[in-house]
Amino acid sequence: MKRHDGRKEDELRKLKVEAGVLKRADGSALVEWGNNKALVGVYGPQEVVPKHMANPYRAIINCNYRMAPFSSKEEHGRGIPNRRAYEIGKVAKHVFENAVLTNKFPETMINIQMEILQSDGGTRVAAITAAAVALADAGIPMRDIPAGVAVGKVDGEIVADLDKVEDNTGEADIPLIFSPKNEEILLLQMDGLLTKEEFKKALEMAKEKSKEVHELQVKALKKKYEEISKEVMG
Amino acid sequence: MILDEVKAAYAKDLLKEGKRVDGREFLEYRKISIEKGVIPNAEGSALVNIGDTKVVAGVKFDLTEPYPDSEEEGVLVTSAELSPLAHPEFKAGRPSEESIELARVIDRGVRSSKGIDFGPLTISEEKVIGVYLDLYIIDNCGDMMDAAGIAAAAALKNARIPKYEDEKLIREETAGTLKFDKTPIANTFIKIGDKIILDPNEVEETASDGKLTLTTVENNILCAAQKSGAAGFKIDEVIELLDKAFEKSNEIREIVKKAVG
Repeated sequence: MKRHDGRKEDELRKLKVEAGVLKRADGSALVEWGNNKALVGVYGPQEVVPKHMANPYRAIINCNYRMAPFSSKEEHGRGIPNRRAYEIGKVAKHVFENAVLTNKFPETMINIQMEILQSDGGTRVAAITAAAVALADAGIPMRDIPAGVAVGKVDGEIVADLDKVEDNTGEADIPLIFSPKNEEILLLQMDGLLTKEEFKKALEMAKEKSKEVHELQVKALKKKYEEISKEVMG
Repeated sequence: MILDEVKAAYAKDLLKEGKRVDGREFLEYRKISIEKGVIPNAEGSALVNIGDTKVVAGVKFDLTEPYPDSEEEGVLVTSAELSPLAHPEFKAGRPSEESIELARVIDRGVRSSKGIDFGPLTISEEKVIGVYLDLYIIDNCGDMMDAAGIAAAAALKNARIPKYEDEKLIREETAGTLKFDKTPIANTFIKIGDKIILDPNEVEETASDGKLTLTTVENNILCAAQKSGAAGFKIDEVIELLDKAFEKSNEIREIVKKAVG
């Protein structure tokens, strides 16, 4: 089968991960994934506002996902964050409630701000992939660095990493985030029509491909620390 | 709240012994009942009970413009209202993340089922009859997602399309019932420790580590999924739960059929 941009069924678009791209934030990352650009900044653990939201057992995590008004090929994206953005913020928050060792920082909050500067399908997995790197860059302890990819069904075939065109014309779309160490699914959303066999194939494909994404996350973090050690050691 | 934590710990301890707080099997629903047409002023409506959880779904039709990028898709707008009368933590005002998620998951199930015939709702290239589906949670005793899903399906299935005449909708006259020949059913599982249960009640929900909703349609097809909460799920677990969802949703589909024909 042929995909409109010539990729193989399970082939990812060009993916670049960079850690520590912002000066002010405690941790940050930029993910350029195909034509997507996802920029994430992390602040915390810090004092909780409003105070009554504080949890005596663990840090609370706030996750904001936003698409810049100039980010899509279509018209100017006016107005306040829409319902889609709120929903993505919620499911992304659950990913990091799992990964971050929140019990180490009771009575604090960790703020994760995810900005989509340019979008081309698969923005939430790009943003969460970047957020995982930004958290690690902030030195926040995690049991794993979550990574993922969207898979789906296009022209009757299960494919990985749908771009906007495939997303719009495809029969199903499944954004997925895994914890690579224990292979647990931390984020799963789906819409479309799939048989059990197709669904299983898609999940397995996403699990394998998210390992590739994870390798790039680790590489980006190592690169940052190599640079720091060079600076320190002279 | 301390009392909630005590109750949650109790539910968790019981599960370790293989029991649920209300004596159900792990993958058993509470009693489900459906009453259609409870709001005569709405063009379609249904009241659904799962145990003590109550959801009213209402369908209204209104004239609107088609979506600019997908004219053939038809206009369906789904909203959820977590009324403050349903739960002590539900507040009036801006929609919460939870209500947005609920509405969007049910919307995806209905939309992806491709069961609605939008043909009779198309007037011209600039004008269509939009379908407005509102899900009112009026008593939240756990698993409002599944109750909302059943209510949505039942309300859409008994919705009467108003007659269109002289650029207006005549609500006293009907142009026929909405054709919705699929029945998407949401099945929600929660994980507590290493145990997985179906249709959590309000005590079990406070103990929940993670949640998975699988929405299916006829002939064992998955049409929507949503994971929430911190706990992760293995692929094998998800596939096993999908088999369960196929089985349970077929049973619920029979109840829907009996209630709305």
